[in-house]
Amino acid sequence: MRRGRTILVWSGLLAVIATPLAAAAASPLLAWRDPIYIAAGFAGIVAMILLLVQPLLIGGYLPGLPGQRGRRVHRVIGLALVTAVAIHVAGLWITSPPDVIDALLFASPTPFSDWGVIAMWAVIAAAVLAVFRRRLRLRLRTWRLGHTALVAVTVLCSVVHAILIEGTMETLSKLVLCTLVVLAAVKVVTDLRVWAIRR
Amino acid sequence: MSIGGLHMPTDLFTRRTLIAAGGAVAATWVSGRLVPARAQGLAATPSMRGGSNNYIPNAPIVDRIGGGGFWMTGTVRRAGDGVPLAGQRIQIWAHTTEGYERDPHSHGATLTDANGEFRLEMPQIVPAFGQPHGHLAYDSDEFETVFLRPVMSSSQDTSLRADFVLKPA
Repeated sequence: MRRGRTILVWSGLLAVIATPLAAAAASPLLAWRDPIYIAAGFAGIVAMILLLVQPLLIGGYLPGLPGQRGRRVHRVIGLALVTAVAIHVAGLWITSPPDVIDALLFASPTPFSDWGVIAMWAVIAAAVLAVFRRRLRLRLRTWRLGHTALVAVTVLCSVVHAILIEGTMETLSKLVLCTLVVLAAVKVVTDLRVWAIRR
Repeated sequence: MSIGGLHMPTDLFTRRTLIAAGGAVAATWVSGRLVPARAQGLAATPSMRGGSNNYIPNAPIVDRIGGGGFWMTGTVRRAGDGVPLAGQRIQIWAHTTEGYERDPHSHGATLTDANGEFRLEMPQIVPAFGQPHGHLAYDSDEFETVFLRPVMSSSQDTSLRADFVLKPA
């Protein structure tokens, strides 16, 4: 029974990860993009996938990765997430510098750029808060509420960013992934009752 | 979809058209309040955000950009009286099936005819940086420089239109 659940959960997660990647790999737009632009796009998709994995790890929902083990992997994936966002932005910068400069200065004609840039700063802030948590001597309550708030902004803005874009992601697999990202985040915040911590 | 024989396009009100309509209403209201005395005059087209991105000065006048198959069209008129302007140079560029915006071979210029209309064939525009869009520039000395960045309502479109109203420099 436990083994059945393990196989079910992991194969389900694998399918959820593989589907948007495979669908994007079949996008006709790829024919008219060079490897750097393609890599930039896929780094964005990978970042969205990692955004789904993060709450699953912290909530201990993945068989074989409960409690502390899940938290340790959560830190590694957090680093990978920030790296994916960095590759996403750097690849786009190389492809068309003026478009990325406009986006970073919130002067872009495309609204999704603003959402993306806000999400980028929020995820960086969430990661920085995690790295300096001990040195800042934060109370558990402050740390949890701070990290959760920054992550909430990251999730919300990333989802709006992705949905508004007409790019290599296939529409249905994009909507499914975005929905799961939001649901996973909401579930872990509710399960851990983040708002109820007194310490 | 078909309601009582009427074909309803599913993208009748896209976010883009709503924003455009809202912007147009707002612009009309604002300009109407700012210059009541010149209410009859045709206002100059302002440059669009990001319009000048990947602009290359002095793109050559060409019969066609690359292999063609897609049409960029529009008009050039004078601010105030709206007189069509002939012989005006408009530069056009985009991310197409044949190249990036920054590639020199993606750029070309054309001249307006006696009716102030221009029409240049170019390769199919494909979505890049999240939207299927083109770039146009009026960059000669006689009038103030204007950069436009029109967005296609669908990436399946095979033409795109942009109109210029120019103000003397």
